[in-house]
Amino acid sequence: MKRLRHTRHTVAIRLNGIDRTGECEPRTLLSDFLRYELGATGVHVGCEHGVCGACTVTVDGLAQRSCLTLAVVADGREVRTAEGLAPEPGVLSELQAAFRRHHALQCGFCTPGILMSCADFLARVARPSEPDVRQMLSGHLCRCTGYSNIVSAILEVASGNEDSPDA
Amino acid sequence: MKPAAFDYIRADSAEEVVQLLAEYGDDARILAGGQSLIAALNMRLAQPRVLIDISCVADLSRIRVGNKNLTVGAAVTQAVAEKVVQDSNNIPLLAQAFPHLGHFQTRNRGTVCGSIAHADPSAELPLCLVTLGGAVNLRSWRRRRRVAASEFFRGVLTTARETNELVESVEFPMPKKQARYGFVEVSMRHGDFALVALAGAVSDQGVRLGVGGVADRPWVETLPTTSGDDLDAALEDLAWKLDARSDQHASARYRRHLVRNLGRKLITELSS
Ligand code: FES
Ligand code: FES
Repeated sequence: MKRLRHTRHTVAIRLNGIDRTGECEPRTLLSDFLRYELGATGVHVGCEHGVCGACTVTVDGLAQRSCLTLAVVADGREVRTAEGLAPEPGVLSELQAAFRRHHALQCGFCTPGILMSCADFLARVARPSEPDVRQMLSGHLCRCTGYSNIVSAILEVASGNEDSPDA
Repeated sequence: MKPAAFDYIRADSAEEVVQLLAEYGDDARILAGGQSLIAALNMRLAQPRVLIDISCVADLSRIRVGNKNLTVGAAVTQAVAEKVVQDSNNIPLLAQAFPHLGHFQTRNRGTVCGSIAHADPSAELPLCLVTLGGAVNLRSWRRRRRVAASEFFRGVLTTARETNELVESVEFPMPKKQARYGFVEVSMRHGDFALVALAGAVSDQGVRLGVGGVADRPWVETLPTTSGDDLDAALEDLAWKLDARSDQHASARYRRHLVRNLGRKLITELSS
């Protein structure tokens, strides 16, 4: 059994492949811990009650809402955020490049969450259909794009045939 | 939109959990997947003094497909249960219901027992549990008891669970031979809470129709027939009996409309 009083404690996670520690109270949400303690501001916070999906990260490979997870619960686990997607500075990941080509983002607020959901989703579903993708996206709200371009970008990467080079 | 302060305890065994519940009673809440609880903490609808995290308890993480029941422990996530159900290829009602249950991002953390213990009247798992005639296993420091699903749900977010009890596991009965099962739901967007959800089981012994999202708890009705005017009349009675309310998403009238029409469609499909 592990007991933590309501005061501050050290929490250690592996963030995008790098061991990181920070301090927080048990009540601190993983979203706030990532943003304010570790500076991972690619984690966007929209609703803070699990509806919008903007805060989605992966914990041990599983996409989940960081606003519905306590930082102390994630202690010792492997967390990934949008910051970890690009293979190197200045180079986009395949999916990020496809989002750009397809204009799958406008304001970009919803985008990091969707990318992290895709990281988990595309690892499990090799050849998703359009309904599969739309069902996965039902866990995200985008107020700008109308979703169609997001669906096309994801389907293109899933089918493995980008027709145009990274523009 | 931030939780009030609490102490956090990560339990290692079910025994520890019930001990802690005996010690803290009302002041403690169980944290399993947290997909409802943390939202409630964020909005300060709940302000417990202590959270008991059961998500790492190995003896609560078991799920078993038996001859009679699918038994799901308190720490088993909906995603894990969904996989077991899909793989077994023999649990049709749950296989149809799972995709409606929140989003895959919330099923990755949310637990089956958590949804049962939370008892939202529009949630899918309580509806399936009641329609199948399942049971809830409760455990406190002093005793264990098994409560039929039909007795467990008492109203909106209200159950037969005492504050010192843990929902240790739930049992979904395996399908009966020759019976057919179906699930349909209407919601604002896929994965949101149901405006109306229907779970049907049709066999030569009769028709059981479960309705979620309308009454203050999942409701199961045994209908006399599978077709014709008698079915229409029975669905009409059922639609009114559930005492539907209007809210910002749907009027009471629309909910009654869905019960009548989706009910007829589901039963017709299952009995053809
Ligand atoms: S901020 Fe987490 S789901 Fe909206
Ligand atoms: S791009 Fe603006 S919310 Fe999705």
